[in-house]
Formats: sequence, structure tokens, C-alpha cells
Amino acid sequence: MLNWRFIETYLPLYRSAAILTVKIGLAGIALATLIGLICAAVQHFRVPVLRRFVSAYVEISRNTPLLIQLFFIYYGLPKLGLRTDAAICGAAGLAFLGGSYMTEAFRSGLEAVDEVQSESAFSLGLSRSQTLRYVVFPQALSICFPAFTANVIFLLKETSVFSAISLMDLMFTAKDLIGLYYRTTESLFLLVVFYLLILLPVSFAGNLLERRLRHAGFGI
Amino acid sequence: MPNEILSISHLTKQYDAQTVLRDISFDVREGEVIVIVGPSGCGKSTLLRCMNALEDIQSGEIRLRGEPVRRDGSNLAEIRQKIGMVFQSYELFPHLNVLDNILLAPLKVQKRPRKEAEAEALRLLSRVGLADKARSFPRQLSGGQKQRVAIVRALIMHPEVLLFDEVTAALDPEMVREVLDVLLELADQGKTMLIVTHEMQFARAVADKVIFLEDGVIKETGTPAQFFDAPKTERAKEFLRTFSFERKRTNNIAI
Amino acid sequence: MPDLGFEVLFKGKNLLRLLGGLGIALRISLIAVLLSIVLGVAVGILMTWKNPVSRAITRCYLETVRIMPQLVLLFLVYFGTTRGFGWNLSGELSSVIVFTFWGAAEMGDLVRGALISIPAHQYESAAALGLSRMQTYRHIILPQSARRLIPLSINLATRMIKTTSLVLMIGVVEVLKVAQQIIEANRMSSPNAAFGVYLSVFALYFLACRPISLLAGHLEKRWR
Repeated sequence: MLNWRFIETYLPLYRSAAILTVKIGLAGIALATLIGLICAAVQHFRVPVLRRFVSAYVEISRNTPLLIQLFFIYYGLPKLGLRTDAAICGAAGLAFLGGSYMTEAFRSGLEAVDEVQSESAFSLGLSRSQTLRYVVFPQALSICFPAFTANVIFLLKETSVFSAISLMDLMFTAKDLIGLYYRTTESLFLLVVFYLLILLPVSFAGNLLERRLRHAGFGI
Repeated sequence: MPNEILSISHLTKQYDAQTVLRDISFDVREGEVIVIVGPSGCGKSTLLRCMNALEDIQSGEIRLRGEPVRRDGSNLAEIRQKIGMVFQSYELFPHLNVLDNILLAPLKVQKRPRKEAEAEALRLLSRVGLADKARSFPRQLSGGQKQRVAIVRALIMHPEVLLFDEVTAALDPEMVREVLDVLLELADQGKTMLIVTHEMQFARAVADKVIFLEDGVIKETGTPAQFFDAPKTERAKEFLRTFSFERKRTNNIAI
Repeated sequence: MPDLGFEVLFKGKNLLRLLGGLGIALRISLIAVLLSIVLGVAVGILMTWKNPVSRAITRCYLETVRIMPQLVLLFLVYFGTTRGFGWNLSGELSSVIVFTFWGAAEMGDLVRGALISIPAHQYESAAALGLSRMQTYRHIILPQSARRLIPLSINLATRMIKTTSLVLMIGVVEVLKVAQQIIEANRMSSPNAAFGVYLSVFALYFLACRPISLLAGHLEKRWR
């Protein structure tokens, strides 16, 4: 039923599209994690002024779709003279969207560590920074780990809209081949296979690590 | 007096407009075991938390061997090392095993050599009957075992005074005993302790002095014999009555 | 000051057309949300059953939805059904199908979570009173789960609205497509319109989603 010759011919095209997707995706996720760590710290430690900016950012980012964010960054901002190439726009858009999701994940992790845990560390004579380093952060990180992996998978899925800013990603390739050769079945088959290749290992590794963390006595 | 370890004078604590502790004054002498009793919400736990500077106080002062205990004090970490505290909810660190829980402060705060601290940790663990649990994680322990580990974690810092905040309140009845036995043993060794508890028989057995607190005020102070057998105030008599049961037999009960 | 596209919006019926586009996006999400809630309750109850077959099926279903990007699902339904079955589904119908397929799984998982959070003795005491399984769900379990569920399903609704932006890619004329048309039509008179028009689309989505998120957050706090 499937035309394997067609698949063989266009496999390299999909492969390079997948590599592009993963590269931009990972860059965006790394940036999002960084933004998330900073913003979560700002919110947790109630840094004045900055706190307001962070909550405004989180609200805006969470209540708008990535596609629109990308359109604005890629087609809108150049009109103000801010022109960047599509790959950077893709990573920036993903970081803008993902930053707020990571913020929420890290913040709720920090909040989930009971205040009495810190107090008992203080009562042993640990300083504020020692308490954070040895008592609060390790627990917060293991608590927010499931939310973090869920975000990584969510963001990798979101990369599927990159084709809208003319990045030659998997969706772009599939749509192109459908349009050019009417090889719909094969094109869609390859599309699904490649997304599974990207996402299944992440999902699997996430589950495995989560179980490991639980077994190590983390996050009761 | 030279052998006073802790002295509390005219301590007042407020939450917003509500006064939780009013003009509390007393001294703790070396080797003394003081038990603080009183109805729920009388401020006993808050008083204990003040002594470890976990709470702000509005007036009065607490001194540890003459040095003020204050939340904004520069020597707070040093002071807290000298005051050990054990919490009702154990508060072991769930991500560390028993040994690492005990060693965290000696290694990171006191910078003691690992070998020496570990040897002491194991010695203390076997004294409370938990030598075989050193590598276990908190979630694998019963409540009573967790609380004994928490006590060891406080002891290894060689504090000058130990604070126990209702340490048996979260335990199943059959585990209360194993924890109280540890406290009795510590008292016999001459440790200075401040204990908040609801276990009246234990209070009587362990205390050198009983403080009765109600509505944030010290209503009565005395030896266990004075307080339990001949309480001076009506409030204390009433409080003690809540611990005894009498069954009134009548014939007109209809359910 | 060069025209950044805000004037273009007020030319003719442009703003109305844009709002009309948003209307289509909202219509798709509304239908899909309603269908998802109904189907999701069924899926969720199925997920709590101990039967290994129903467990395996619902688990596969949920994992598929979790792993596949919604856009891939849209492509599969829109392009795939034409090829495979010769159906010619409209973009809008394809979107409703995909969003419902996705929403029912997510909703099902939320329902499952709410159901298992109800302590077992609630089921036991209902059984002790002689209630049937259906009666237990109807009178005891679902009313208690509803409180927990409502804020979460409102959140799902915001996610759906945001995801409707994707239907542009399968040819549905929604707000983003209208925006493209407006920019294209005024290319000569205001070459910089992309900035203002896309910013407005951005704002429109924010205005549509934010009150719903606020409501969900509010209910979550109040009903905790």
C-alpha cells in the first residue's frame, strides 16, 4: 500500500527537517528553562517591581498562541526594523511561550516545599543560602520534575507550527510533498514516524527518570 | 546566677492586633528540665519558636548565656547551633537518608571532619535503637523512628539546650512511648530541656519545673508535685480535670 | 509617523472581519469543548475501571493524544481522510473532530484524576446504603468531582481557543487568515501594516483567553 521507493527518496528530506526542528526546539527549551528559573526566583523571593513584570509576562505568554507570537515576531517586528532569521525567531518564540510554563513549574515546586522544612534547617544553624542549597532546591527540583518533562514535550509539540514562518520543518516538508506529488499517505506516514522518533524517547526518558527520583526517596 | 543558660524576660509576642504571649519571664538553668503545659492555642508552641528566633517578638528579650537571641542578630546561626529543636512533624529532609539528615549540619555548618561526625552519628543512632536504619530514607520509617532520628539530628550539634515542640502529638499511641523513653534518658544524662507536651504523666515524671500557660500568660509555676497534686489557681485545676475521666451512671439515657 | 497598520484596521469593515475570524475560532472551540466534556466523562469513567482491556485502550488513546502535535492530527484528518476514505471534510469539520478527539482524552484524564481523588470509603458507604453503580456515580461521586473539574475544564477551554490558531494551516479562514488578507490587500497603501494587524490579533487572543483563565484561577482558589 505504501510506496517505499517514494519513502526512500524523501527520507533524507524528512531527516534534515527533523534535525532542524529538534535543534531549534532544544535551543528554545534551554532558553525557556533559563527564563523560567529566573522568573520563578523573582516570584518566590518576592523581588519588588520585577515581580510585576514577571506576572504580566506570564499572563501574556500563557494567554496567547505560539503561532500568533511567531507571526508577530517574524512578520510584525521587522516593520519596526527588528529583522532576524526564521530559525532565531522560532527559538525566540518558543522561549517566550515556554518561559512562562517553566516559571509556573519551578514556582509551584518551590512552593511545595513546606516552610517548616526551612525552619528545621535554620534551627540546625544552617544559613539562608545553605538551607536553599541543601534542603529547599533538591526537593523543589524533584517535585517539579514531572511538570518540567510535560513542558518539554509540550514545547517540542509546539514546534510543529514553525512551518508558518517558512522554516523547512517536518510539517512544511509534509505539506510540500502532499502539494507537489499527491503522495498523501506516504507523506503523512513519514510525518507521524518522525514525530514519534522525536517525542517517544523524551516521554520514555521522562517517565523513567520520574520513577527513579521517586524511588530515591525524593518528593514524598 | 552563673549557671543560667537561657533567660526570658518580659517577652511579648503579637500577631497583628492579637497578643499571643504577654510579659513572659523565666530562667532555664543548666541541667534543668522544664515542661510547659496548657490548653491548645495558649501560645506554648509559639513561645518555643520564639526561643529559636523563628518568630519575631515585639518586646522583651531572650538571652542565651547572656547573648541576645534575635531574628535580625548577626550571630543567629551560631546561636541556633546551641539551641536544638525538635518539631511535632519531625521535618526530616525527605531527599536525604537518615545518616545524611543527621550529618548535614555537622558537616556544612560546623565543618567537622566526616569520619568523626559519622562515628558520633552512628553511636547516637544505636543509643536510640536505630543503628540499622542509617541508610534508610525517611519514608521507610515509622513516625516514632522518624522522631528519634530528628532527636539525634538535634543532639549531634551538642546544643546547650533542647526544645521539644509536642514531639509525640503526631504519633500513634504505641509509638509515643519509644520517643518519651529517649527524652527521659536525656533528662537523666543532665541535658537541659524545654518540653511542650500534652502527656501529663510523662510531664510529671520528667520535669524539674512545670510552667502552666494560658492565653499567652504564665498562670502558674511549680514543681511537678506542687502543680499536679495541689494546683494553686482555679484555671490550672480546671485544666487538669480535663485529663481525668469519671463516668456518671444514670438510668434515663435514651438514644 | 509611518502607518504601522492601526489605521488599516479601521478602514472599511476590516475590524469587523477580524472579529468575525475570531468568532469562527471561538465557535470551533465551543463545539469541541462541549463535545469533549460529554465524551470526556465517559472516557474518564472508563479509565478508572480495572478491566485490563479498557485500561489498555484508554491508555493508548491518551498517550497518542499526548505525544502527537495537534497540527499533525489536523493534517491526518484533513488530508488523510480525503486520501484514505475519499471523504472531503471541510477544514472546520476536521478541526472540530481533531479538537474533540484531543479534548475528550485530556478531559477524560481530568475526570479520572477527580474520580480517584474521591476516597474509597465514599464508594463503600454508597454501596452499604444499597445504591447501584450508576446511582453511586450520579448522586455521590460526580457531584463531588465537579468542583475540582470545573476550573480544570475551563483551563482546557483556553488551551483549545489558543490551539484554534492552527486551523489556518488547513485552510480555515479564521482570525489569522483574515489578518493576512487584510495585510495583503493594503500592501501598497500601508506596507508596514503587518505590525499593527498582527499585534491586534495578539491582543484579541489575549482578550479572549485571559478572562477565561482568570475565572478558572478564581474558581480553583475558591473551591479548593
